[in-house]
Amino acid sequence: MKAFAHLLERLAFTPARNAKLRLLRHYLDATPDPDRGFALAALTGDLKLRTVTPSLLRGLMVERVDAQLFALSYDFVGDLAETIALLWDTDRDEDVPLRQAVKLLSETGKSGLPAAIAEMLDWLGPSERLAFLKLATGNMRVGLSARMARMALAEMGAPAVADIEEIWHGLTPPYQPLFDWIAGGARPEHAAKAPFRPVMLSTPVDLDQLRAFAPADYVAEWKWDGIRVQAINDDGTRRLYSRTGEDISHSFPDMIDALNFDGVADGELLVRRADQVAPFGDLQKRLGRKTVSRAMLDSHPAGLRVYDLMFWQGRDLRNLPLTERRAVLEGADFGSDRIDLSPLLDFATWDDLAALRADPPSPVIEGVMIKRRDSAYVSGRPRGPWFKWKRDPHVVDAVLLYAQRGHGKRSGFYSDFTFGLWDGDTLVPVGKAYFGFTDEELRELDRFVRNNTTERFGPVRSVAAKLVLEVAFEGLNASSRHKSGVAMRFPRISRIRWDKPAAEADRLETLKAMIP
Amino acid sequence: MRAEQILHPTEAGLYCPPGDFHIDPIRPVPRALITHGHGDHARAGHGSVLATAQTLDIMAIRYGSDFADQRQVADGEIRVGDVTVSFHPAGHILGSAQIAVTPDNGPKIVVSGDYCRRPNPVCAPFEPVPCDIFVTEATFGLPVFHHPDPAHEMVRLLSSMAEFPERPHLIGAYALGKAQRVIALAREAGIDGPIAIHGALQRLCDYHIAQGIDLGELIPATAEDVPAQLVIAPPSAFASPWVQRFRDPVIGFASGWMQVRARARQRGVELPLVISDHVDWPQVIQTIAELAPAEVWITHGTEDGLMRWCELNAIPARPLRLVGYEDEPE
Repeated sequence: MKAFAHLLERLAFTPARNAKLRLLRHYLDATPDPDRGFALAALTGDLKLRTVTPSLLRGLMVERVDAQLFALSYDFVGDLAETIALLWDTDRDEDVPLRQAVKLLSETGKSGLPAAIAEMLDWLGPSERLAFLKLATGNMRVGLSARMARMALAEMGAPAVADIEEIWHGLTPPYQPLFDWIAGGARPEHAAKAPFRPVMLSTPVDLDQLRAFAPADYVAEWKWDGIRVQAINDDGTRRLYSRTGEDISHSFPDMIDALNFDGVADGELLVRRADQVAPFGDLQKRLGRKTVSRAMLDSHPAGLRVYDLMFWQGRDLRNLPLTERRAVLEGADFGSDRIDLSPLLDFATWDDLAALRADPPSPVIEGVMIKRRDSAYVSGRPRGPWFKWKRDPHVVDAVLLYAQRGHGKRSGFYSDFTFGLWDGDTLVPVGKAYFGFTDEELRELDRFVRNNTTERFGPVRSVAAKLVLEVAFEGLNASSRHKSGVAMRFPRISRIRWDKPAAEADRLETLKAMIP
Repeated sequence: MRAEQILHPTEAGLYCPPGDFHIDPIRPVPRALITHGHGDHARAGHGSVLATAQTLDIMAIRYGSDFADQRQVADGEIRVGDVTVSFHPAGHILGSAQIAVTPDNGPKIVVSGDYCRRPNPVCAPFEPVPCDIFVTEATFGLPVFHHPDPAHEMVRLLSSMAEFPERPHLIGAYALGKAQRVIALAREAGIDGPIAIHGALQRLCDYHIAQGIDLGELIPATAEDVPAQLVIAPPSAFASPWVQRFRDPVIGFASGWMQVRARARQRGVELPLVISDHVDWPQVIQTIAELAPAEVWITHGTEDGLMRWCELNAIPARPLRLVGYEDEPE
C-alpha cells in the first residue's frame, strides 16, 4: 500500500505523460503480483469494488472529530477523502498489502463495511489512508488512461502495445497471465469472446505528396467526423471498441442492438437522423456515459458507417487486398438500417479528388481518406497504404488574454495561452492553445507576456489585450459549459500576428457562424 | 494591571503601554521588539530595535546596517519602561525568539512569534516558558495539519532524484530559514555533492555558515549550465526567466501547506515537500497543554480551528486578528 500510495501521489502531481509512464513502469517492475495487477486495474478504472459512499465516510467522522472542527477542516481541504485521511488519528503506519485492501472492499458485507474501513484506516499512515479512501470511493483522478497503462506494460517486456491491446479485453484483474507473458511466459489465450483487434491507421498527406503516386492504385472515400470504432458480433457476443481498444458498448446500447451480423467491422460511429449525419458535438453528448436515457437514444441515435471488414462469418479477411475485402463488404448484409457503407468516391486524377475535397456534400465531412487498392489490413500506422487528407483547418484571429506557465520542458515559460474574440466591445475567452509555435516563437511570446502583464493569479497572468494570434482548429461545437457558447477542437496557434491591431481581431459571431 | 493594559493589538501591531514598545510592528514605530528576521515581522525604519544578535545580523543583511537608529542585543532580563522582557528560543529560524513580558504587577505574557517544536538543524530548539498568557500563532491551526518527519520528505526527494536522474530538481524554499533547513536536511539524508543555490540565497546561506551551521558545498545556480541535480531557490524565482536555463526540471516546494493537495496544485508543483517551520496542530495543542496558561491569545492564521479546540477544552482564548502577517513569509 505504501508503494501504491506513493505512485498515486506522484501521478497526481506529474503532468507530463512520459514521466507518468516512467513512474508507473517503475512501480510495476518493483511490485509483486497480485498487488501490481490490482493497482493497474484501479488506475484504469477496471477494478470493480464495493463503492463506499460519502455519507458512510462522514458517518465515520461523526464519532471521532468535533463537528465544527470537521467542517472547518473540510472547508479548507475541499476533498472529503483527503480531509478524512488527514484528520484520522492513529500512531500506526503499517504497510498493508494492496490485495488486502482490495479483498476488504470486495468481500465485506454492507453492514460490516464502516467498521472494516475504520479498522483499515487505523493501520495506515496518512498517504496510504488517502490511497485507500480513493480506492474505496472509486475516484482516482490521476490522469492515467488504459492506453497509457498498456504502454507502460509494453515497455516492460517483449509484447508490443498492439499485442497487449489484442488480448486486453479477455483479461481480468489482477492480470496474472499478462504479467507472466511479459516476463517471458506463454501468450494468454483469448479468454473472452469478441476481443479487440488493433486497427490500421493512416498518415497525413497533401496534394504535392500525392502527385508521386498513381491515382489508379488508390480508392478514396469521405472522412467523416465521428469516432473510429470496431464493431463486433462474435457468435452472439457484441462489442463496440474505440480505436485504442476502450470498450464503449455501454454508451451505445442502440448500436449494440443493431450488430445483427457475424464479424468484425471497422467504421465510423456517428449520430445519424434519417440520412442526415449530425455534427461531432451531437456524438460527443453520447460519449463517456455509463447509462443512456431513453430521451437521449431518441434524440441522438447512433449509426455506423462501415469502411472495412476484418473478419466476416468466421473468415479472417485481414491478409486479403483491400479490393477483395471491399467486395465482401459490399455484398454483406448487416441486418440493420443503422449500419451503412462508406461509399467510394469517383475520381481519375488527384485534382479531381482535390475538387471533391474542397466541396464536400456534408459539413460533417472533414476531408478524404485515400487507401491503396492492394493494401492488406495491418495494425498500427504503416507509412503509405492509407492516407488522410484533411480539409484545411478553420482559422480565426483572436486576442491573447491570459497566459499560464508550463511544466517540464516548458518550465518557466508562459506557454499555455487563452485567447478571446470580440463580443460587442468586450473580449470573450473562446479557447486555450499550447502548441503550434516554434521554440523561438515561444521565447517571443514569453517575453511579450512578461512585458505586458496586467494582473497575476498564481501561475496565470492576464496580459494587455493587444497581441493577435491566428488560431487554427479542426472543428467547433456548441457548448453550454463555455461562457462563449462554443468549444474549439484541437486549437493551436498557427501564426503570431505581431502586425495586426487587436481591434481588427475576429468577432464571436464570426466564430459562431462556423458551428455546423 | 490587567492583561489588556500590558499588551493589546493596535494598527501598528501588538503594543505594550507600560513599556512603550511594539512587538513585530508592521509600520515604523519609536521602539520595536522583534521576534525573528522574516520580512513581515522584522521591518526597517524603527527608531530602536531590540532583538537577538542573530536577528539583528539578519536585519542588517536584508536592510543594510542602518535599518534602525539604535540596535540593542537581547541578552538576559532587560528592563524596558515599567516592564521586564526576556527572549527565549522559538525553534522557527536562526535567531528566532519568543518574547516574555513581565510587568511588576500583573500577568506574565509570552509572545511566541512564529515557533516550531520539531528539531531543526539550523536553529536552537523551542524553550517552553511558563506564563499566564500565551500568545500563539495558528498558521496551521486545523487538525488536518500533522506535518510528517522532514526526514521522510527527504526520502521522497531522493527517490524522485533517483527516478528522474536526468532532470534537475528545483526546490522552492523561502530564502531565510527554510532554504538553509532544506539544505541541512538534504545533507543529513546523504546528499554529499554540490547543491546549487539561487543568487537570492547567497548572503543568508553565507551567514548561516558563519554561524557554524554546516551546509556542505554550495554552488551558484546562475551559470547557463548548473552542474548539480539539486537546486534551491526562493519560490518567486519560478516565475522568472531564471528557471528557463533548466531542462525539464522537477519543480518542488518545501512548505507546510504542501500537505493539502489543492494548495500544491495551485502552485503548479510536481514534488510537494511537507516541511514546515511552524507548529502543526499536534504541536500547538501539546504546547498549550504543557504551558497550561490561564488564557491563550491567537495572533494570526487559521484561528477558528484553534479557538474551537480551546473552547472544547475549556481554555479561555481570544483572537487578536493581527493583520500584516503572511501565511508563510516570502
